[in-house]
Formats: sequence, structure tokens, C-alpha cells
Amino acid sequence: MDNHVAISVINLHKEFVLPQHKITTIKQAFVNIGKKNAKSKQNVLNGINFQINKGDFFGIVGKNGSGKSTLLKILAGVYSATSGGVERNGELTPFIELGVGFNPELSGRDNVFLNAALLGFSRSETALLYDEIVEFSELKDSMDKKLKNYSSGMQVRLAFAIAVKAKNDILIFDEVLAVGDEAFQAKCLDVFEKYKAAKQTVVLVTHSMETVRRFCNKAMLLDKGEILEIGDPTKVSRKYSKLNDIEIDKMIKDELDASDSARFLEAEITDKNNNKCHKFSSGDTIRINVSWKGLDPLMLESIGINIFKRTGEHITGLNTRDSFKEGWKEKERLSLDVDLEITDGRYYLLIEAFQEPGKVIDAIYEGPDFDIDSRDTEHIKWSGLVDLPHKWSDIE
Amino acid sequence: MNYLSRRNRIILREMVTTDFKVRYQGSALGYLWSLLRPLLLFAVLYVVFVYIFKLNKGVPHYGAYLLLGIVLWTFFMETTVIGMSSVVSKGDLIRKISIPRYLVVVSGSISALINLGFNLLVVLFFAIVNGVEPSISWILIIPIIIELFIFSLAVAFILSAFYVKFRDVVFIWEVAIQVGFYATPILYSLSLVPVQYRAWVFLNPLAQIIQDARYSLITNQTIVSWNTTKFRYAVIPIIIVFIVSVFSLIYFRKQSKNFAENI
Repeated sequence: MDNHVAISVINLHKEFVLPQHKITTIKQAFVNIGKKNAKSKQNVLNGINFQINKGDFFGIVGKNGSGKSTLLKILAGVYSATSGGVERNGELTPFIELGVGFNPELSGRDNVFLNAALLGFSRSETALLYDEIVEFSELKDSMDKKLKNYSSGMQVRLAFAIAVKAKNDILIFDEVLAVGDEAFQAKCLDVFEKYKAAKQTVVLVTHSMETVRRFCNKAMLLDKGEILEIGDPTKVSRKYSKLNDIEIDKMIKDELDASDSARFLEAEITDKNNNKCHKFSSGDTIRINVSWKGLDPLMLESIGINIFKRTGEHITGLNTRDSFKEGWKEKERLSLDVDLEITDGRYYLLIEAFQEPGKVIDAIYEGPDFDIDSRDTEHIKWSGLVDLPHKWSDIE
Repeated sequence: MNYLSRRNRIILREMVTTDFKVRYQGSALGYLWSLLRPLLLFAVLYVVFVYIFKLNKGVPHYGAYLLLGIVLWTFFMETTVIGMSSVVSKGDLIRKISIPRYLVVVSGSISALINLGFNLLVVLFFAIVNGVEPSISWILIIPIIIELFIFSLAVAFILSAFYVKFRDVVFIWEVAIQVGFYATPILYSLSLVPVQYRAWVFLNPLAQIIQDARYSLITNQTIVSWNTTKFRYAVIPIIIVFIVSVFSLIYFRKQSKNFAENI
């Protein structure tokens, strides 16, 4: 294997044997002697080949049941392959879950040492890192409490604080971002940022296309145990969105299946001076530029731009058909300025192109995102979602 | 694979200390229970078999003799019972990280081995109080303990892999332990067994181990395999230990590949 390759997967097959009737007692085993126990085989991975190079931030995406977690477990050495194999250059630390081995009966302190040991740290090494771990977890006052008295959020924080200390040639994460609150996710992203800057080899399974596009230099889409797309993360995330579109909206299946060129929307966000920008204060103006290519103007009825808060709230939905002049369709681009009278937090855009009202021909489901952060301004407003225009007055 | 790599040693150590901490947490006497358990069992059996059944006749230092048997048997029982469920009870680890599977079985046996060490000190103390003269033959206890450790661990490996597939191993093993306790010369001296059957008792490696231990520590009047039958037959228990060990390694290795899926 070449020296620059970190993981090489060669013709990897995995099948699970699922007995129709699982024999778990000896009585059943005796009763079933001579009988053929009908077994169904489930092929989870069907001959997968790919390579991860050293320094890659490699994303694996796919729907539930596509085989990505199984693949990860084989990479991690938890499952063994049915045939084919995995070759590795260097040692690997998997995070199939955070806080593996945590014992609820032990104190937070003891659990730090226990969990760190499973990551390969000796007692003395952990002792050196201990203060940093406690500080990062923000649990200084709870370290002598038993873990069973921690909230689940506290447990995740502690586990993550230990996990980020892990140093190894290859790190593997399975859906780590799915747990924890927004503050925790922000911390996670910071850590990924550091890994990326340090050229750490990382394999990441995620459902967030935003994360894939932001961090990965290479990604892979799995579907039904096969590689559907591999390489450029943007391409992969598009294909994934397409796969999900089919799930979400059977109506648009035909258009999407027709050709890949059905994907044509592009979007980016800037400030009002056309500088790329992802951070605004409440009250700033955001400019959203949308462009598309190779689409018959007759096919296009309108474009809709939605702003969502990361926590799921739909802030607003704006559509060209409501308030835009005629003749924009031929120009193949438009821009929208919005005054962000909204409160602090993280937002993202969902952009749709309609063929007719209610019929989507293309969409960017997880479009560009931006932060509202007004902490340094006078314009601060903490509660609620939006800052509605308002005026106070005396009762006359 | 390097079985005692740095990483594996770190993990093993942490698992053993965790077992200790968790087991004795919230109990007032804590670790003392590990010593008290065999001692209490010993006290009951001693009263019953000395004052009621009078099994001690013709056995010098019967007290120490009985206690040693109980302590060695307790080790075998602890290692196999804890080892049996170890793979399933540590399923969380096995399904989520790639620690070598044998570590979870070994960690249970290390706890038992530490207990055995302390228990043996009690036995020696008891033996001296009982009037046993310290002798050079005490050193022989070391290879005997090694044999016991290997055999117990081998049985634990087989049981733990079996338990992943068949959960009623627990109940079967419970009975087997009960039967074994009486089939092995722990309470009684082998002199009570008719001469023509004595050799057969030694097909049980634990009988050979316990009798050898008694011979080396307590009294050289103990009936052991090599003064019961010809030497070439006397090695049979050791051959059995060897075969069981090799089988257990092969079986465990083969089965452990699929532990993560089958638990």
C-alpha cells in the first residue's frame, strides 16, 4: 500500500445472517437438530472499493440503512468483514459513540480516567490532561458526583472533552453532532475546524450536508450497500439531497430522474456591498444571490427563498411571484436583499424553484448558512424570533 | 498481534480497578468481603464436617486443609462465573470500540487472582496457627497456582463465548459448579474414596490441583495423583488442562470475530 494512503478498502462485503428464529437456548438447539433453520441473509455492503489518503477529511453520507454505520464499524475493527478487507496505515481511534465505557456508579473524575484509558492514555498521561478536560467540559463543580447524577447533556460534554484529547493517526466519528445542544454542536465544529487545519485524517459519518461541504475534501454516498457517488463533497451532497428529495416528494421524482442537469440552482450570500459574509448583526441587510443555468424560462414559474433558524423555526418564506417584476427569468440570476430584523442565532436558507405553484423542480434543502451575532452592538435583542417594527407611546 | 501491548495493559488495568471500585461501592466492609466469603463458608463447613460428620479423622491439620480447598475452589468458581458473563455484560465496549475481546475475560480473572493472593495469605497464617511447619515445598504452590489460573481462564473463555450464543449456559454452569464442589475432594480426604476409584478422581484437573497444593503447603500425607497411579497416568490431568486451553483459545478466537454482531 502506498505510503500516502491511510485506509484502503478492497472489495468489501458484509452480510448479516438473520435466522428467522434465533436460537438462544439449548432446548431450542436440541429441538431444532436436523431441522434446517431458515436463515435469511442480508447484504449490507456489496463489494465496496475506495481509498482514504492521509490528511483527508472524508465524509460518508447515506440514508438510514445504507450500510454506513456497518462500514464504519468494520473500519474500526468492531465487525469483521464477510469477504474482502480493509488495509490501514497507522493506528485508528473510533468514536462510534461518545463516552464508551462510562460507568454510572463512578464519579466524573474516575470516568475521565476510565474513558481515557480506552483511548489509550495511561493514568499519568490522563492526570496531565485532566485540568484541561475539566475546563473544556465546564463541569468543574461536578467532578466528584457520580455519573448517574449527571444530566445527559453533562455526560456528553464530559465525553466530548475527553474525546478531543484523543490523538491518533486516524479518527473516526459516527454522528457525533447528532447529540447535544447548539452550544455543543458549535464546539464540535470548532474541533473539526482544528482537525482540518492540522491535516488530521478524519472519517466522518453524518447526515448534515452542511458539515460535509464545510469540512470534507472528499466524500462518499452510500446507498443499499453500494457507492453511489464518491469524490467532490458538493457533488456528493447534491446527489444525497436528490436521493432524499425522492423520499420527500414523489411528485418530482420524474423530473429528478430525467437527468442530472435538473440540478441547476446555486446560491451564495453577501452583505449589501457584495462582500462574502456569513456573520451579521441584527438589523443588517443580507444579499442572497441565486443563479441557475440551462433552464427553459417557460419551465420556471417562481423562485422561493426561505429562512430557517437552525433550531427548526421557519422565519420567513419569500417568493418572486408575490412581489417581483416580470422579465427576470431570462437573466438566469437574481438577488434578494433582506433586512435581518431577527434575533441572535444560526440560520440557513432553503431555496426552491417552482414549475408551477406547489410543484418543485429543484431545491437546495440545506443552503448557505449565516450567524446573527449582535453581542457587540447596541442593537441587541435576546428574546423571541423576530424584531417586529414597533413604536411605544403614552395613552392619550 | 501483541497481546500485552501498552494500550492493552492500560485498558486491562483500568478495567480491573473499575471492577473493584464498583463491586465494593457502598458496602461498609468493602474489600474485606472477598476474604470473609470463603472464611464464612469455611466456618460453616468446618463445624458441620468436624463436629457432625467427623471427616477430619486421619487428616492432619484438617482446618487448613479444608480452607485451602475452599479458597482454590472459590477462585475457580469466581473466574468462570464472572468470566462467563463478561463478554455479554461488557457488550457495550465490544460493540463500540475495538478492544481485544480476550481482555474482558482476563480482567475478571485478574480480580479473582488478587483475591486468591490475599486468601492464600490467610490460609498460610491459618496453617501456621494450625501447627504446620513452613517448608521449602511451599514454593511449589506457584506452578500449581499457574496451572489453576490457566485452567480456570480456559474454561472461562469457552463459557463466555458459549454464553453469547446460548444464554442457558448460566443455569447449566450453576449446577455444574454445585456438582463439581462435591465431586472434587474439597470437604473430604481422598482416603475416604475406595482405592480402585481414586485414580479416576484425578481426571478432574481441579482434584489434582487442590491435592497438589495441599501436598506442598499443608501435609505430605495428602494423596496426590503421582502417588496414586503410575507416573505416566499422573500427567493426564495436566494434558487435559493443556488440551482444554488450546481448544479454548481456538474456539474463542473463532467466535470472538462475531461477538459484536451476536451479543
